[in-house]
Amino acid sequence: MLYHFPMSDVVILGPQFQEPNLALALGRLGIEGQLVSISAGWQEREGEIDELRTHVRLPVTDLALYARTERVFAHDAELHEAYRQRQGRLRELQDLYRLRLEHAKDAARELVRRAGDPDLLRRAQRSAMHALRTLDREHLRAIEREHANFRRDLRPQQRASVVPHIQELRQLIEAATAVLVAGGHVAVLANRLRLFDLQRLLAGKTLLAWSAGAMALSDCIVLFHDHPPQGAGNAEVFDAGLGLLPGVVPLPHAQTRLTLHESSRIAMFARRFAPAQCLTLDHGSLLHWREGKLLGSGNSWRLSRQGELEEVRAA
Amino acid sequence: MNTALHELLNSGPPPAPTIDNFISANHFPLVDRGGVTFVYRGEADSVLLRCWIHGLPTAQPLERLAQTDLWQLWIDLPPNSRIEYKFEVVHGERSEWITDPLNPHKAVDPFGANSVCQGFGYQRPQWTLPDPQSRPGALEELRVNSESLGAAKRLFTYLPARFRRSRRYPLLIVHDGEDYLRFADLKTVLDNLIHRLEIPPLIVCLTQSGDRLREYAGDDRHARFLSDEVLPLMRAKYPLLDEPAGRGLMGASFGAVASLHAAWRNPGLYGRLLLQSGSFAFSDIGNHRRTPVFDPVVRFVNEFRAQPGKPSSRMYLSCGIYESLIYENRSIVPLLSEQGIQVRYEEVRDGHNWENWRDRLRSGLSWLFPGPLWMVYE
Repeated sequence: MLYHFPMSDVVILGPQFQEPNLALALGRLGIEGQLVSISAGWQEREGEIDELRTHVRLPVTDLALYARTERVFAHDAELHEAYRQRQGRLRELQDLYRLRLEHAKDAARELVRRAGDPDLLRRAQRSAMHALRTLDREHLRAIEREHANFRRDLRPQQRASVVPHIQELRQLIEAATAVLVAGGHVAVLANRLRLFDLQRLLAGKTLLAWSAGAMALSDCIVLFHDHPPQGAGNAEVFDAGLGLLPGVVPLPHAQTRLTLHESSRIAMFARRFAPAQCLTLDHGSLLHWREGKLLGSGNSWRLSRQGELEEVRAA
Repeated sequence: MNTALHELLNSGPPPAPTIDNFISANHFPLVDRGGVTFVYRGEADSVLLRCWIHGLPTAQPLERLAQTDLWQLWIDLPPNSRIEYKFEVVHGERSEWITDPLNPHKAVDPFGANSVCQGFGYQRPQWTLPDPQSRPGALEELRVNSESLGAAKRLFTYLPARFRRSRRYPLLIVHDGEDYLRFADLKTVLDNLIHRLEIPPLIVCLTQSGDRLREYAGDDRHARFLSDEVLPLMRAKYPLLDEPAGRGLMGASFGAVASLHAAWRNPGLYGRLLLQSGSFAFSDIGNHRRTPVFDPVVRFVNEFRAQPGKPSSRMYLSCGIYESLIYENRSIVPLLSEQGIQVRYEEVRDGHNWENWRDRLRSGLSWLFPGPLWMVYE
């Protein structure tokens, strides 16, 4: 599979709470001047960026995508209702996928543990992995179909309620030297980015994203937690991202969310999403791509198909 | 006998300095995979282990080891168990109940303190300990003059970190709330579980009764106090989710009875119940065999069992298998499930105590109020 990288710098970071390294990343890129931020993932706390401003010591304007969405929905009942219905369908789709995933994942895990004829087992394991990958791929296609239908039927980016926001956002983004995409609620963030056509508006810009922000920039948003208090803890394909960071599955908080000492889990995760690279993002992580080439890296690990953690190193 | 103790005694009665070394080199009680050896050192006419494990005698004598001042008792205790105990030390006519002088681990409750024995494999959950990464919530004190109870009542409200009036929050009303804070580290647990995204930011109303054996025993006045006084006050003061799934009651022991009773009296009001070691005593025929304080409880539970209705849509129950209430808790679960209630029930090798209730909070709260763990990556 060939990935098409945007002609820009993309930096992804780990969580910025308590030990931020965003300023360090900006410094390395030599970025100064006006920045814009996207903090829609913080929902009702959107725009509370005083700490961020203090940390980066540069002027930052928040794009207020969450608040803009609320205003759009308040004025455009048709769009709001269609959006609500689409979200309902996506939730149902996710439930159906989750049901199938649970069984497919159980089978794949069981086969890893099972003893027997090595040849037969290997074939069965490969087939189980193939089934998982097919299920993931089909699910992502089904999600993309829902988004395509929504775009076709509602034409959100051409609606009177949305167009002025897009124009304003374009001006703000064009005037900024870089765009910061904060973490938070990944679905809320991805939906707002999509509504205001940020995929197009951000193309070619220098992007610095962390946690859910990095996930939303990827081409496939994967949710994960190996040991939640309830439920099985099966990583799941959730949505298509903006595709500005193709071929990467960012794994924020991997140290706490994933069982990184279990080789079989790591191998299964890596094989399931290959050829995309599954990369950990914890405190201090920093990965910098320019035109698809990894230029800088720090404190990030790649999940290998052999079940190992390989330190990510720039070429 | 525990291996270390066996070795100590292997070559005859050890001299005092050897016993001193043995004491300072070991943690007490002596725990191994098969059980626990309780050890007491000192002069006495007899020493008894006092603990409340359903199925075992409440007093078991320790054996004095010949020509020493050491006493020991081995009991079978399965892995991951946790029990609380005291020693009764008898000198002639006089006896004294004390915590284990060799065991620094104590659990406090409204009646004092007990020594804690953690069986093989038991570990205190990390999420019950203060985590510097977790943003702390805040406690606010409120007063309400209760007409239903005819008394002024003090309430505390837990507001989660990063509380915003622009957001709506689920509400959990907790019986014996101040005890939960003191003895079950409830604030630390809430801070941690919210920080870990395992539960959503919650508003928690902590109620405390000065007369819990009456008010919590299936008393309509208490149910009215919650629904007609506490709930309106909370609605007026805080931005709450206005739906049953966003309202819960919680309690342990008699507090669990009060929670179930208040929900039963107001079907559809509280969509979530967290009931720990509920004192759900009942009688199928004749009189119950518990103390008279259980009379109103039995009346309510009998009535409830005859006509359970659907007091809540989702419930979490837990009980320790060493509790005398295990039968009553096991009995109520199928009854609740038959009403179409989503029930999660957990049994653990523990007793009727605050640390048991503390250790179950993650499971219970995250079942009733699932957090945004899968969606939020900050």
